[in-house]
Order: sequence, then structure tokens, then C-alpha cells
Amino acid sequence: MAAKNNPNKCLYCGGCVGVCPVQAITLNDTKIVIDKNKCINCGACVKICSVSAMELE
Amino acid sequence: MVDYEVIVVGAGPAGLIAGSDLAKAGIKTLILDKKQEIGCPKRCAEGLSMNWFKRLNLEVKPSFCIQPMHGAQLYSPNGKSIMFKKEECQGYVLERKTMEKELAIQAVKNGAKLLMKNQVIGATRLNESEIKLEIRENDEIKYYTCNIVIACDAVDSLTSKMLGLNTKLDLREIDAGYQYEMTGITGYDENLLHLYFGIEVAPRGYIWIFPKRDGTANVGIGIGGYISSETKMNAKQYLDRWIASQPGLKDGSIIEVNAGTIPVGGFLEAMQFDNLLVAGDAGHMVDPVHGGGIGIAMEGGRIAAKHAIKAIKEKKYSKTDLEGYTKEWYETRGNELKKRLTARHLLEELKDDDFNYLAESISMDEALKIGNNSLSGLEKTILFTKKLITRPGLITLLMKYMK
Ligand SMILES: Cc1cc2nc3c(=O)[nH]c(=O)nc-3n(C[C@H](O)[C@H](O)[C@H](O)COP(=O)(O)OP(=O)(O)OC[C@H]3O[C@@H](n4cnc5c(N)ncnc54)[C@H](O)[C@@H]3O)c2cc1C
Ligand code: SF4
Ligand code: SF4
Repeated sequence: MAAKNNPNKCLYCGGCVGVCPVQAITLNDTKIVIDKNKCINCGACVKICSVSAMELE
Repeated sequence: MVDYEVIVVGAGPAGLIAGSDLAKAGIKTLILDKKQEIGCPKRCAEGLSMNWFKRLNLEVKPSFCIQPMHGAQLYSPNGKSIMFKKEECQGYVLERKTMEKELAIQAVKNGAKLLMKNQVIGATRLNESEIKLEIRENDEIKYYTCNIVIACDAVDSLTSKMLGLNTKLDLREIDAGYQYEMTGITGYDENLLHLYFGIEVAPRGYIWIFPKRDGTANVGIGIGGYISSETKMNAKQYLDRWIASQPGLKDGSIIEVNAGTIPVGGFLEAMQFDNLLVAGDAGHMVDPVHGGGIGIAMEGGRIAAKHAIKAIKEKKYSKTDLEGYTKEWYETRGNELKKRLTARHLLEELKDDDFNYLAESISMDEALKIGNNSLSGLEKTILFTKKLITRPGLITLLMKYMK
């Protein structure tokens, strides 16, 4: 399991990056990259997103 | 020899002022930003009060100060409102991307170098006077060295973390924001900011209309960072539902969609580390009551630049050498913001009934007097005590936070 970004919804605001406790997320201008090996499935990024563009799967 | 004496990461208000001040003092400065265009997409409602123009010695230019504001109107859940309006201008709603471009041009005129679409992806301390940044520009990776990094890279700040300073935010210390820039809308006074409160409207936050003239405005929402997981509704859904209920807005057009998170509280205890200064949202420098951070970021950038200049001149870069920055920031702004954090906690505990009650019981006359600042401190205390006396719940709350 790991967090997954939905690029159709994402507005690239970086909010999820700021709450990730293990720095598993990076925002490259208009692309969210998630390091699955780092992700600990805490769900913080899912909770903070204003448009529900993150999910755990 | 380092490539630059100071590298500023992030070309937002904090980074642009820092870079500008550094270059003006003759420091070899590079400003980097990962975005493709300065100021876009905006993560902001663009309100800036007059105090900040004065404090920062910022010129009021018609090119970006597009809508003067004369006060604010606050709406309680049952639709009653309190208005604070003054004759003289209280501030402006900005066209932020224009302002940021002007700040960028000024920074470069002062001697700074600025590069967009340059993302910092790695940072290492080589020795006590040298940091190496790994930067990606398109497909190319390059490296620059510097004596000091100023991290102005906001909430998605990884630079500080890579250099050993943890800037992670707790969900309780962050608001989730969502906004439309709308046009073709009506039903509000364009000279005022409009704020809408209530648990159903915007839990642990508020909805705003910040007018940008001509039937155009930023219409947005901020809610507590943990709210959507509790109520199963995200910020966008709250805002969409509310807009649909507003006759003047529901048929409006959307010319921009913005999102962003707002750090509210949780200021970094140390805004500095070895060879590193942190300013703006990256250091969580935001007013915890209303979430405004443009002015605070610029001020933070200015203080950071001042201390970086001193450090470069003295060739002293350790976290102890740079302590003066954190100290000066707290004395200038941080301690006051900490006090306001208490006010935020109080606001968070207000129930819909309390908002309704306050809006109903403070008359327009009294509201105007508060707004015009024509009441003395004592008169204000008497007024609020009179209002609160019939509402014991509010008094208990106040007592809790006045301790
Ligand atoms: C919805 C919303 C509404 C708001 N409304 C208001 C308001 O009305 N008034 C107000 O005063 N404040 C408001 N704020 C707050 C305000 O926008 C911020 O406090 C302010 O922008 C902070 O400025 P900054 O320079 O610290 O960061 P930013 O302006 O966010 O700039 C940070 C920059 O760093 C860049 N960056 C990040 N990581 C890297 C990297 N690795 N490499 C290179 N570049 C990087 C980013 O691309 C970005 O350009 C609002 C915020 C939100 C989210
Ligand atoms: S918080 Fe949501 S919208 Fe913002 S960058 Fe992350 S996934 Fe995208
Ligand atoms: S689930 Fe937690 S650890 Fe995984 S990416 Fe999201 S915030 Fe980071």
C-alpha cells in the first residue's frame, strides 16, 4: 500500500508535501511524485488535500 | 570559492525581498524557483493591509494594487452581519503575480540572478562554510555552491529538511484552502472584504470574498487540516455547496482555480540552522487568526537578508552564529503572532450560536465605533463585558484563554 495521486484532480498546491512525516512526496512544478518505499500509509496527505486528489491504495 | 554567497530557494514574497535586499548590499545572490512562472498559480486571496505597505516601505502601485479595501463585513451563520468600515483606505486586494514580477525585476536591478523552473532537489553541507545544492532544470542536473541558503520554499519546503531542520506541519497546525477567482458576480460591497463563519459553512475556518473590482473576486475557503477526514467533505465541496446557495455568486464564471495550505501556528522554534535561514511560509510565518502571510513573509525575508549579510561579512555561518535572526524575528513579529494563536484557539471553540449571538447583539453603531477605532480600551472592555454577561458559556471560554 502507498499513497497515490490523481493528476486529474490535483492542483499542485504542495499541501500534501508539507504534512508528509517521511518526505515521501515531492512536487515538481506540475507533477506529484510519491516514493512508495518511503510511504508509511499514515494518510496525512489524504486528509489535507482540498480536492481529494490523494488516496491510499 | 563558492558560486554564490547566498542562494535563496523560492521566488515568492519572502524570497524576492530577501534576494533583493541581499543584492542591494552587494552580496552575490541567486534566487531559484521550481515553477514555470513567477506568482502562478497563486495560492492566495491577495489581501494586504496598509500597515504592511508602510512597514515594508512598499510603494502603492496601481498596476498591482487593484482594489482598495475600506474594511470588512463578517457574517454569522444565520446571515446577520457586522461591518467595520472606515473612510480611509485600509489596504488593497492585489494582483499578486504582477506584484511578484515587479519585485523580481527590482531584485535583478539590485544585482541578483533569478532562474525559474529550477528546482532544488538535494542539499548537502560540504564544510562549515559551504553548501552544495543539487538543482534540476528540465532534464539537466546541475550543482551550485554557496555559503548560506535562505529557504523561502513555503509549505512544500524540502530544502530545510534536507539540511537538517525539520519543518513538518501537524494537521492541527495547517488549514486546507481552496479558491475560485470568479467574475460576473454581484451582491457584495466591493470596498469591503467579506468573511462568512459557521460550522456548516467552513468548520474551523471561514469563507471569504476578496473583491478584485468589476464583479470579479477571489472566493475561497479555509478549513482545519483534519476536518475533511472527520466530516467526509473536502474544502472544495464546502465551497461549492456554499456558492450554490448564494444568489449573487451561483451563476458566476470561474477564471482561475487555486488551492493551497496555510500554516496556522506551529512557528518554528529556530528559524535557523548551520548555513541556513528559513523565512515565510517555510518557517510557518503566518497570522494564525486570519491566515494572512504575504506581509509577514516579506518582513521575514528582509530580516533574514539582514542577518545573512552580517554572517557573510563576518564569515560566520553556524547555527549559533545565526541565532540573532530567530531572536530578531520573534521580537519583531513572532511573539505577537504567538499571542494571536491564543485568540485563534478561542475562535475555534465558538459555536454557531455564539457567532449568531455576537452578530445580533453588537449593534451596527457599536460595530462602526469598533471599526473606526473610536472606542478607548476601557470602553471596548465594557462593551464586550456587557455583551458577554448574558452568555455564560462565552465568559468561561474567555476566562480559559485569558489565563
Ligand atoms: C488559499 C490561500 C489564501 C491566502 N490568502 C492570503 C491573503 O489574502 N493575504 C495574505 O497576506 N496571505 C494569504 N495567504 C498566505 C500567503 O499566500 C502566504 O503566506 C505567502 O504566499 C507566503 O509567501 P512565501 O514567499 O513564504 O511562499 P510562496 O509565495 O508560497 O513561495 C514559495 C515558492 O517556493 C517555490 N519552491 C518550493 N520548493 C522549491 C524547490 N525545491 N526549489 C525551488 N523552488 C521551490 C515555490 O514554487 C514557490 O514559488 C493565503 C494562502 C492560501 C493558501
Ligand atoms: S494537496 Fe492535493 S491538490 Fe495539493 S498537491 Fe497534494 S494532491 Fe495535489
Ligand atoms: S500516506 Fe503518509 S507517508 Fe504516505 S505519502 Fe501520504 S503523508 Fe506521506
